[in-house]
Amino acid sequence: MFDKILIANRGEIACRIIETAHKMGVKCVALYSDADKDALHVKMADEAFHIGPSPSKDSYLRMDRIIDAAKESGAQAIHPGYGFMSENVEFAKACFDAGITFIGPPVEAIDAMGSKSAAKVIMTDAGVPLVPGYHGDEQDPAFLKEQSVAVGYPQLLKAAYGGGGKGMRVVWSEDEFDVALASTKREAMAGFGNDKMLIERYLTKPRHVEIQIFSDNHGNCIYLAERDCSIQRRHQKVIEEAPAPNLPEETRIAMGEAAVAAAQAINYQGAGTVEFLYDEDGSFYFMEMNTRLQVEHPVTEMITGLDLVAWQLKIANNEPLPLSQAQVTVTGHAIEVRIYAEDPDNEFLPATGQLSYLRQPQTSNHVRVDTGVIAGDEVSSFYDPMIAKLIVWDETRERAIARMSSALDDYRIGGLKTNLSFLSNIVNAQPFKDAVLDTGFIERNHDLLFTPKSETDHKSLMLASLAILCEQRNTALLQSSTQHIENFDPYSPWGKSNAWRLNETAKHSIELTDTNGHSHNVCIEQQNDGYLFNFDGEQFIASAQLNDDHLQATINGHKSNILVDLCPKKVSLFIKQDIYHFERKLNDMSAFEMDESEDKLTAPMNGTIVEVPAVAGAQVKAGDVLVIMEAMKMEYSIVAPFNGTISEVFFAAGDMVKDGAQLVDLMPFESVPVESAPAED
Amino acid sequence: MATIQSKINTRSQEFIDKSNAMQTLVDQLNENLALVKQGGGEVSQQRHLSRGKMLPRDRINALLDSGSPFLELSQFAAWQCYEDNVPCAGVIAGIGRVSGIECMIVANDATVKGGTYYPLTVKKHLRAQDIAERCHLPCIYLVDSGGAFLPKQDEVFPDREHFGRIFFNQANMSAKGIPQIASVMGLCTAGGAYMPAMADESIIVKDQGTIFLAGPPLVKAATGEVVTAEELGGADVHCKISGVSDHYAQNDEHALQLVRSAISRINHVKKPNISLLPSVDPLFDAKELYGIVGTDLKKPFDVKEVIARIVDGSDFDEFKQYYGSTLVCGFARIHGYPVGIIANNGILFSESAQKATHFIELCCQRKIPLVFLQNITGFMVGQKYEAEGIAKHGAKMVTAVSCAKVPKFTVLIGGSYGAGNYGMCGRAYDPTMMWMWPNSRISVMGGDQAAGVLAQVRQDGLARKGQSMTDEEQVAFKKPIIEQYEKQGNPYYASARLWDDGIIDPAQTREVLGLAISASLNKDIEDTKFGIFRM
Repeated sequence: MFDKILIANRGEIACRIIETAHKMGVKCVALYSDADKDALHVKMADEAFHIGPSPSKDSYLRMDRIIDAAKESGAQAIHPGYGFMSENVEFAKACFDAGITFIGPPVEAIDAMGSKSAAKVIMTDAGVPLVPGYHGDEQDPAFLKEQSVAVGYPQLLKAAYGGGGKGMRVVWSEDEFDVALASTKREAMAGFGNDKMLIERYLTKPRHVEIQIFSDNHGNCIYLAERDCSIQRRHQKVIEEAPAPNLPEETRIAMGEAAVAAAQAINYQGAGTVEFLYDEDGSFYFMEMNTRLQVEHPVTEMITGLDLVAWQLKIANNEPLPLSQAQVTVTGHAIEVRIYAEDPDNEFLPATGQLSYLRQPQTSNHVRVDTGVIAGDEVSSFYDPMIAKLIVWDETRERAIARMSSALDDYRIGGLKTNLSFLSNIVNAQPFKDAVLDTGFIERNHDLLFTPKSETDHKSLMLASLAILCEQRNTALLQSSTQHIENFDPYSPWGKSNAWRLNETAKHSIELTDTNGHSHNVCIEQQNDGYLFNFDGEQFIASAQLNDDHLQATINGHKSNILVDLCPKKVSLFIKQDIYHFERKLNDMSAFEMDESEDKLTAPMNGTIVEVPAVAGAQVKAGDVLVIMEAMKMEYSIVAPFNGTISEVFFAAGDMVKDGAQLVDLMPFESVPVESAPAED
Repeated sequence: MATIQSKINTRSQEFIDKSNAMQTLVDQLNENLALVKQGGGEVSQQRHLSRGKMLPRDRINALLDSGSPFLELSQFAAWQCYEDNVPCAGVIAGIGRVSGIECMIVANDATVKGGTYYPLTVKKHLRAQDIAERCHLPCIYLVDSGGAFLPKQDEVFPDREHFGRIFFNQANMSAKGIPQIASVMGLCTAGGAYMPAMADESIIVKDQGTIFLAGPPLVKAATGEVVTAEELGGADVHCKISGVSDHYAQNDEHALQLVRSAISRINHVKKPNISLLPSVDPLFDAKELYGIVGTDLKKPFDVKEVIARIVDGSDFDEFKQYYGSTLVCGFARIHGYPVGIIANNGILFSESAQKATHFIELCCQRKIPLVFLQNITGFMVGQKYEAEGIAKHGAKMVTAVSCAKVPKFTVLIGGSYGAGNYGMCGRAYDPTMMWMWPNSRISVMGGDQAAGVLAQVRQDGLARKGQSMTDEEQVAFKKPIIEQYEKQGNPYYASARLWDDGIIDPAQTREVLGLAISASLNKDIEDTKFGIFRM
């Protein structure tokens, strides 16, 4: 076995690989970009190398630096994880040239599967069923149209070198074809630098079923059951499960054997996944082969009891497959959900920010969490916004779903938007429970899955207010967080935070703004140690205790235990899968710092400086562009708010800047005489 | 500790009647407070708000730590004193926590006569400073005032305890290390300009605050120079050119945050050098005080029932329980702080005065704050008592009270008459703070007694001329005297004139005392040196 491997990846998969490697006594070398200097995978590794600035192209995609790091560290092998370098032929070659084992298939196999159309030709030859279509080289538009008519409608027009759902279009009839072709070609050219097209029959209600295969370097190849990944949004998998529900045994075997045939056709070695479309009529068609470990590999591990990363290492070490096909057993049912920092209600827009609050469900034989972040980490715009994978296992699918539902309830993330409640909606939806699965599941069940944003109700306002009141109470008891650690007057009535007033009722007033932008001014009467809420004449008597993040609240005799994330500016409530976010009016200076910073010309968010037209000493007019920066794939211009003289420029093109960093110092004309009056001495 | 056993029957008609009567007074108190809280009234407040300024009470709320109690002083200052309505004497004062530190806050109410200083405004401001100095409380001045109320300049300007004393106090408190922070949130004219100028740190609000010795009209009159208020003494001038102010605030809220920040930097740690225990609620409901005490001062009640509803766990260790029992002395805790309580349970006799003297000596030696619960018609009179030297025994008690340097807190829970007021730490004896219940009365003697004495004097005079008053004439003679005493002995009359620090709901007594005692412990308790006791 290797003594030391390098993991050319980050996040949860890097952590996942390190875990297994360490179990096998293999030392791990991690890589990190600027953004990841304190990341979990770096902490877990035995050593780590800085590999460049935050953008992937300057760090995790820099194969020269990766190879250098491997050489310097003495790593004998490189595990690419998924994404990044995992299916990069050049990289696999570079490893080979450097005498380092690439933990993955041979270069040729990656190459063979790299082009979708070439892969399909190979598969046809190997007798693997393909969706009827055209995969040829002839790309003349007129010819393509003939092929289109021959394939029939609906059909899928795809870029041969595409992926990730881009460069793909459904054509419903012949007359749509010309327009679709032109735009898909354009997209393909822009996205992949190659506009070669292929045409396939479009299955209207297909399921995505894939086979996990493993080949060793001794000619053995087996399949480790299948996974159903039909729950997708925009061709991105959201929920994966194994085994595939209601898949007839003979189909399972046929599919597995087809996958093995596909692997053998390209002399495959290592872990791979052969993806099939499984049609309503029971037929299945080869879609593509992924020559790497898949994101969703844990569901296979859960039902087979195997460690696929351990297998990868063994095979890369030229060991034979640990099991024969007959020895592979499948027990129970596993489901995985991908937890993303994104806003499902806003077209799944990726969210970035700090994971101010993170509480994971208790892990066990039944519940597994694969993650690369801890509370306090930043989800940056540089990488995939996946926070974690939550995997559950149980004896039946029904029980696994129940487990997933409660595990999701126990998963609490604060600080940024996540798809947690969306995932919960899916696993609790009847069609999912009934296993009515196909790739159109999310679209078709839209109304079930996307719950309209509920109006903020009294209960959530009360709970948020109670959390804030408890927090106030706790900090007041400590006398003051800013003063000193020891409290010499611990029982002081001044520390009771009861808003006591002479000759009148004590009242608290809390301003909360909900996610719909509505602000609520909650007025609460203090009553001894409890509180009285009044909403339009309806009264609620409440009391609460806050211990860390646990709020125990009693409202009109009804007790509830919830988790809260209290940040200076925000409060989030986690009530089962419902999350309520409120902005709080903050009793500090930050609001005014913003005001002052208007004139200071600061970065509106984390990003990279693209261009700096501003020059120190230059005079500019209001509206002149001073700095152009890029963040979240958007460009922002920072313009002069008034006429003035630039006294200092703090960054140059290519620099990374933090949200709020001052970019330029601009002196208004009118104040110049006063402030720059020379001192006499 | 011994727990007081309450013998009150809350179902008795007498209790219910007394309770209802007191409730009426408390309701009145709450209503009156609601009235004074309106400041200069709706129109004036709206005008103030339309300028982007916060109302003074909102400023205080934003300044305080969220949820902090606020012990407001002299809510009824200037109540029905002037022809003009001057609620709260145009200035709100009180103690509250800012950045974890108990501070004295003095906030002008510009909606009341432009925040100008009436005589009682000055008195209230000085009283707040006096308390701050005695308790070592940092002072925060939220300045928004046109300065002295010119028509009453003779009652505001020239004397020792007039306007100038504010700055004298600022200088001397600063010298003692008691921080003085001023935030200029409006006008700060003439003498008022010294308020920020003499502060340790000052803040000024952009476009709102102005500081100048003479405003634009006076400047024009004096020199012909035409200048706007902002150009003359705005935030830009004082933060960027003159240096009169230290911190530049965007608006009221920002200014208040800057004050909070300034207080967080004063490097003060409160270390009460006193034994502390967790606070324990009394065993009995404070509201029962209404039915115990009632409003008829002639109806006696057992003051231990009152103590049982004020002190921690209703625990009270009585001192000399069986000696001079018309005065109750004993040790207890209020909100965990040890206190010595001296409470009237009848008229003062020689024994009770001697007992009080002994007890005050004990508390001073042990540095235990004193709480006086006053309900006293006076010292016993008559030949027997004069002969046993009640005057010298009373003098001993007055000496002890006068010289005691422990924090002293006086609550008038009933009558406060004559020398009883002196012995029980009336205003002249410098209690750290002093409060009145709405049922209480304060005067040199009761109205009936005064009318009786004056009627007797008149009768004697008439008798020398061989004349006399008929019963009807006597009643007619006494009536205005009784009315005058009733009016002037009323807590509102007293509080309006700053003879106390405020009228309080009896049910809030424990909280008021707890907050006051706690605030006073920001300063170390001094040693006491007593004068000569006449033996």
